[in-house]
Amino acid sequence: MQEVKREALIARAAELLENGTVDRVLGWKAGEFDYDLTPALFHSAGELESDFVWNGFCGANFSKYLVKETGKSENKVLVFLKPCDTYSFNQLLTEHRFSRDRVYAIGVPCEGMLDAGRIKDSAEGIASVREDGDHVLVETLYDGTLTLDRTSLLPDRCRNCKSKKHVAYDELLGSDGEVLDSHRFDEVEQLERMTPDERFAFWQNELSRCIRCNACRDVCPACTCEKCVFDNPNSGVENKAAANSFEEKMFHIIRAFHVVGRCTDCGECSRVCPQHIPLHLLNRKFIKDIDQFYGDYQAGAEVGSRAPIVNYSAGDLEPYEAVERGGSDA
Amino acid sequence: MRKLSLDKLDALFAAISATNTLYLPVDTKAGARFERWESGKTLSTALNTVRSAKDFFFPQTENLMDFKVEGKSIEIIDTRTESEDFVLFGVRACDVKSFEVLDRVFLADPVDTYYKNRRDHGVIFSMACTRPVESCFCGTFGIDAANPGGDVACHMTDDALYLQANTDKGQRVLDSLDSLTEACTTEVVDEQNALIRERLARLPLADLSAEAFGSGKTAEYFDAPEWKQLSESCLGCGTCTFVCPTCQCYDIKDFNTGHGVKRFRCWDSCMYSEFTKMSAGQPRLTQLERFRQRFMHKLVYYPTNNDGLFSCVGCGRCVAKCPIHMNIVKVMKTLGGREHA
Amino acid sequence: MPELKEPLIPVVGVVTDIRIDTPDVKTFRVVTPDGKKAFEHKPGQCAMLSIPGVGEAMFSITSSPTNEEYMEFSIKKCGCVTEWLHSMEVGQQITIRGPYGNAFPVDTAFVGHDMLFIAGGIGLAPLRSVINYCRHYRDRYGKIDVVYGSRSMQDLVDYKEIIDEWANDAGVTVHLTIDREQPEWTGHVGFVPNYVKELGFSTDKIAILCGPPIMIKFTLAGLQELGFDKTQVYTTMELRMKCGIGKCGRCNIGSKYVCKDGPVFRCDQIDELPNEY
Repeated sequence: MQEVKREALIARAAELLENGTVDRVLGWKAGEFDYDLTPALFHSAGELESDFVWNGFCGANFSKYLVKETGKSENKVLVFLKPCDTYSFNQLLTEHRFSRDRVYAIGVPCEGMLDAGRIKDSAEGIASVREDGDHVLVETLYDGTLTLDRTSLLPDRCRNCKSKKHVAYDELLGSDGEVLDSHRFDEVEQLERMTPDERFAFWQNELSRCIRCNACRDVCPACTCEKCVFDNPNSGVENKAAANSFEEKMFHIIRAFHVVGRCTDCGECSRVCPQHIPLHLLNRKFIKDIDQFYGDYQAGAEVGSRAPIVNYSAGDLEPYEAVERGGSDA
Repeated sequence: MRKLSLDKLDALFAAISATNTLYLPVDTKAGARFERWESGKTLSTALNTVRSAKDFFFPQTENLMDFKVEGKSIEIIDTRTESEDFVLFGVRACDVKSFEVLDRVFLADPVDTYYKNRRDHGVIFSMACTRPVESCFCGTFGIDAANPGGDVACHMTDDALYLQANTDKGQRVLDSLDSLTEACTTEVVDEQNALIRERLARLPLADLSAEAFGSGKTAEYFDAPEWKQLSESCLGCGTCTFVCPTCQCYDIKDFNTGHGVKRFRCWDSCMYSEFTKMSAGQPRLTQLERFRQRFMHKLVYYPTNNDGLFSCVGCGRCVAKCPIHMNIVKVMKTLGGREHA
Repeated sequence: MPELKEPLIPVVGVVTDIRIDTPDVKTFRVVTPDGKKAFEHKPGQCAMLSIPGVGEAMFSITSSPTNEEYMEFSIKKCGCVTEWLHSMEVGQQITIRGPYGNAFPVDTAFVGHDMLFIAGGIGLAPLRSVINYCRHYRDRYGKIDVVYGSRSMQDLVDYKEIIDEWANDAGVTVHLTIDREQPEWTGHVGFVPNYVKELGFSTDKIAILCGPPIMIKFTLAGLQELGFDKTQVYTTMELRMKCGIGKCGRCNIGSKYVCKDGPVFRCDQIDELPNEY
């Protein structure tokens, strides 16, 4: 259940539309079912009233949409940001990817977003989904109404939420939270404990499912290149698969390298992957290494910060030290 | 119609795989997928596989030919090999129909021999759906999930599997399984089908109609103002096209292995910005045009060329997998699927 | 494997002659290794040429089917594959498959008519096949006019053939133009669309247009001003292609596939297509 209710978001958005602060609202639009919300623009109180949704299925991170949206008009667009979205928001500002003065950002507290896939794992044929405190009531087509534990339906990024604190907003609805002491590196540590062969087999298996749909890249707030190397016919690595499976690994590893120090760990890559590849683990490995080698660093925590990876200092570790500090197989 | 007790299912799979490579849906932590059967693997209970069954005839990537290049001379090596006989077991009605959609592309003159080769060697054992889910809308396209077609149509009850051959090819395989199965009447299946059809009629998307679309409607929808709003938040990824059982666009590319050149074919997506880009220009400049192309092709262009047959089978994979939940159902409803019903 | 021929598998072609037409256009002569034509074609049809490892691309066949010895392709340098082709030497092998697409209705709708060919720049490439076909079967057609323009005198493709052969044929009139004045040029100066209007052709002809989209647009408008109906005007379209057989989906516009249903379209047929080319 979310602390701030839909009505509060709509009321504030309508006011800001009415007084001319913004001329459009980026929000989540109702779908065919309770869980299939689509990011959409709303232009009037009427549109908001009929279609705007705020519930546990508002997982989409709108920060990246601002790159395109702020390019369309000089007028401000209203955007709702969950705590983790604000990190991407800041990171994009750090990279000068959109004009801050064309955005009006409202921070909204988040109690964790639901993973429709996990609901479908427990319920076949979903007629409706209703959140009720710590529970989610799922009315099914054939098995009556199921009462599911809300925590069990959270995706990994929310179970291991790194922060309930908003690091950017023009105004905040509800109360702000704290940076959390999460267990988000536990899985990375598990991978680190594997032998190189085991780890290779793990990624081989995971990445073999990749269908090269590019959803991870296209949703990633750190992937905002005007022209992606994987779309460039002259790059030699232009999208799609080649005759050997190494291509998939190369795509994901290159992408992970490209977002090093810029990835805020928002988890959108894993959310959208149609093949359930835990892509966020690649990025988290880099984040963990940066923390370990250069001191704790959270991309997007503040605007204008320089990631250690692009900030040379005389004390930077040498390659051989990286091997020593990270353990021989890290 | 033949009948087999479910406790003999493993024996059935073993018998089929004695003469054919058998593929069937198996559960994995990332959802169900078709895998080669071997002893110990059990049939998935999931409604459908994450990826469609089109891979078996039109794989994501396949080698088309090799080239040996020496100095100024080129040798073309035809790498085609005869496909092995295989049985694809447990294909749902929507995916069975998708083969017809693909056939009309790949088997139209000039015939794509890579596709035809696999089509000729594949035997489809379909499976009726007993528990269709909310994202199913095969009925919109005249598909009956209770009568799934294929070479052999299967129905499963709590204790038995019922098999009915629809083609000579299917009959031959079924005949070879005679010792495991027994003849039966259609009574149980008929009864179950009545229940399935009741369920189908009550699905949330049961009233979705495609009547407003079809052959010759290009002018009616091409310039519709709704495309702007529909395509607004499209990420431009290829998820919908790659999980789609009927999307059949492909790319042909060369890959230099260091020992020669492989020319391979792989899935491509009209949603990608590079799809139509030429050195001379780009006819589809924004995501709106690319998005429109995909849906116009499924709902208008393809039917225009194929006697009104739509190139959507209502499997619901795009409904489930689109990262932003924009899909053909929303497109059809927005553009008037319902009002015209 | 199936006895069926696979349409995607090409044959080897040998480049036996390379003619430098303009600073960025070369004409390549192609035969099979045993010295024959790779296949027969009709005027307006295309072929896929490729260099393994570089890529495959579609080109219109410039030579007339009446040429029984070889095929020719006039190719402008503008991308990966064409750059490679331009760097080739005589004797180089390439791959070729085809023919693809429909053709100009040279044996039906065109028969008995006066023909007006209008081309700009490399747009002459697909028309040369038709022009030479009409010249070969001279008595099947009425008067032939060719209006051809380019940026400069040096950019006129096939200049020698046009002056030495076409212009000397009975009943063939050639009207050349270049965009800007040049000291050594004594002919007409100006853009093709205007020149067509200046020449003021009678409307009892079939017109065939090929060139940059902007030229086609204004020339078509000019022809309509002169009283031509769109049903009398033909053109060819160019879109990205991969398979050449109407399957890969790239050149799909509306219900048409340019590689299969085109590239030749009558201008009234183009009006029926969604505006996406």
